[in-house]
Amino acid sequence: MTGKQIAEELARTRLEDGADLDAVDHTGKRGKVVKPKKHKTVTDERILSVQDLHVTFNTYGGTVQAVRGVNFDLYKGETLAIVGESGCGKSVTSNAIMGLIQQPPGKISSKGVHFKTRDLTKLSKKEMRKIQGVDISMIFQDPMTALNPTLTIGEQLTEGVKQHKNLGKAEAKERAIDMLKLVGIPNPEERLKQYPHQFSGGMRQRIVIAIALICEPELLIADEPTTALDVTIQAQILELFEEIQSKTGVSIILITHDLGVVAKIADRIAVMYAGKVIETGDKREIFYNPQHPYTKGLLNSVPRLDLAGGELKPIDGTPPDLFAPPTGCPFAARCPFSMDVCTNVYPEVTALSETHKVDCWLQDPRAQKLIDEQAFAR
Amino acid sequence: MGKYIFKRFLMMLVTIFIIATLTFFLMHAVPGSPLESDRNTNETVQANLERFYKLDQPLHIQYLSYMQSIVTFDFGPSIKDPNRTVNELLARGFPISFELGIITILVAVVSGIILGTMAALRHNKMIDYAAMAFAVIGISIPNFVLATVLIQQLAVNWNLFPPATWTSPMHMVLPVLALATGPMAIIARLTRSSMLEVLTQDYIKMARAKGIKPMRIVLRHALRNALMPVVTIMGTLLAGILTGTFVIEKIFAIPGMGKYFVDSINNRDYPVIMGTTVFYSAFLIFMLFLVDIVYGILDPRIKLHKKEGDV
Repeated sequence: MTGKQIAEELARTRLEDGADLDAVDHTGKRGKVVKPKKHKTVTDERILSVQDLHVTFNTYGGTVQAVRGVNFDLYKGETLAIVGESGCGKSVTSNAIMGLIQQPPGKISSKGVHFKTRDLTKLSKKEMRKIQGVDISMIFQDPMTALNPTLTIGEQLTEGVKQHKNLGKAEAKERAIDMLKLVGIPNPEERLKQYPHQFSGGMRQRIVIAIALICEPELLIADEPTTALDVTIQAQILELFEEIQSKTGVSIILITHDLGVVAKIADRIAVMYAGKVIETGDKREIFYNPQHPYTKGLLNSVPRLDLAGGELKPIDGTPPDLFAPPTGCPFAARCPFSMDVCTNVYPEVTALSETHKVDCWLQDPRAQKLIDEQAFAR
Repeated sequence: MGKYIFKRFLMMLVTIFIIATLTFFLMHAVPGSPLESDRNTNETVQANLERFYKLDQPLHIQYLSYMQSIVTFDFGPSIKDPNRTVNELLARGFPISFELGIITILVAVVSGIILGTMAALRHNKMIDYAAMAFAVIGISIPNFVLATVLIQQLAVNWNLFPPATWTSPMHMVLPVLALATGPMAIIARLTRSSMLEVLTQDYIKMARAKGIKPMRIVLRHALRNALMPVVTIMGTLLAGILTGTFVIEKIFAIPGMGKYFVDSINNRDYPVIMGTTVFYSAFLIFMLFLVDIVYGILDPRIKLHKKEGDV
C-alpha cells in the first residue's frame, strides 16, 4: 500500500476507538487474527531474530556490560514491548539492532541479529545504511531534540527517500505530504516549509514518526516514544501507532518503562533486567500471570485506580553494578524469594507455554514452592 | 525585514555619532596640536594658521563644524599635507586595506572551519592533536612576530614570496598569512568543540538512523548548527583583524589606510583622525550588521523581524 492510499483509508477510519487490554482475543498462538476490529494481523513470518546479543562499552572506569545475552524474536505485524527500569539495557539493545552503537567504545558480539535472512552484525557500514531508515526505522524519545532545528520539516522528511529510493524533488514532496496526512498534521503543504520550533511537542513526535515511516519500513523501533510527551498527547500518539500498524502491517519494537503504554498497544512483552531478558510472554501472560519476582515487583509498583487505598510497593534495593555483574541471577540481591543457588548460578530458561518463558530458579521443580499469593499479601 | 534593517540603520547612525563625538573630545584632550613643530614659528604666522584651520575658535564651534563635515562626508584637506584631502586618502587607502581584510577573513573562516571540523571528526586521533597543537601555536603568537618570522624565512631565506608591498597575488600571501593565523586558530578551536557537541545531539543520531550518508550528515546536519558560536565571535574577530591591519600594513609596507590612521594620530592631524576613525567604525559596524544577518540565516529560530501569525 502506498502512503497515499494509507492516508485516504486512515481519513475514513480515524477516531475509531482504540482497543483496550480486554478487547484482545489472544489464545497465545501465532497466526491468529488478534484484533479483528482493527484488521491487525500477526503472522508466522519471523522478521527479526536476536540471538545472544552482548553489548559492552569500554570506559575509563572499566568495561560496562550493558547487554548480556539478549534473545528474542519478532514476527511480522507484531508489537513487542521491551520493559525495564532505567539502565537495564533496553535502549542499548535497540541501538545495537539499529547499528547506532559507536565501535569503539562499544563492542557488540552475538550469535546473530537476523533481519529476515541477513545478519545485521555482519554488514558493513555502507550495507547497513541501505537498511537504516528503509527496512528498519527508529523513533526517538524526545521529539524536542530529535529534529534538526536548522532544517525545514520538508527537508528532514524527504532526504531519506531522496537518497534511498532515488525519488525526484516533486515525488519526494508528494510522498512527504502523504506522510504528514497519515500522521494527522493539517495543512501539510505549508507545514513542509516550516522549522521544528514552529511545532508543538506532540506535532513534532508525529513528524518524527512520519520521517520513520516514509520509506515504508518493515520494522519500527520506538525508543520510549511517549515518555517526553504529556499524557493526553501520549494517548493520541499510541493510537497513531495502532492505526499505522493496522494499515501498514509494520512490526514494532516498543522500548518503554511505562506499563500503561505496554498494556495499550503491545502484543508481547519482554522484561529486561540488568542487561538480560528475564521473562517474555504475551500481554495476558505477563500482566495476569507474571512468574519472575522482578516482573511481579514491577507490576506491583504501578499505581492502580481499582485497588483503592493501596500503597505503592517499590522494589527494595538497586540494580547491580554492570561493571561487575553478579554471576548468578542479577535480581537475587533484591528478590524476596532468593535462594542460595540464585546468587551463584544463572537460571535456565523455563518455558511455561509456547510464548511464556522465564529465567528463574523458582520454576525449578526442586525449588521449594513459594506461594505467590503470600508475596502479594505481604 | 525592511523594518529591521531600517531600525538597525538608525542604530548604526547613533553609534557612529557617539564614536565621532568621543573621538573629537579625546583628540582635543591630548596635548599638542597639528600646527606644533620643532621649528620656531613666528607667532603671527601661528595665529594666522590657527585662524585658517579654525583652531582658534571655541571647542563647541569646532565640534559643530566637524559634525557638519561628517554629515556632508567632506573632511577637507589634511593639515599636515594640505595637497591632499581626507577623502582622497580614504579613496586611495581603503580599497587596499579592504582587500587585505576581506582575504584575511575568508582565509581564516574557511580554513578554520575545515580544520576544526576535521579535528572533531577525527576526535582524539592524530589529525585532531595536530590541528589543536597548531591552533594553540596560532593563538599564542602575535601577528607582528609571525609577520617578521615569515618575512625572514619565506621571503629572505627561501625567497619564495616577495617580502613587502601589495602589487600581485604573490605579494598578498605573507601579510594574509600573518594576519589570518590567529583568527583561524580561534575559529578552528571553536568549530571543533562546538562540532563535537553537535555530533552527540539526538538529531544527528536520528539522521544516522535514517541511513543518511556521513558526508551529508556532517555538512548539512551538523555544520550549520556547529557554526553558531563561530558566527557569534566573528564580531570580535573582525575588530581584531581591523586593528591587525594597521600593524601588518606597517610591517609589509602596504599603502593602506592604516598608515594614514596611525600617522594622523601622531601628527594630531585632526581632519584625518576624524575621517579615518569615522570611516573605520562605520565599516566595522556594517560588518557586525552583516554578521547578525548571517546569524538569522543560519538559525531559523532567531527572528530578525516579527512576522504576523507566527506561532
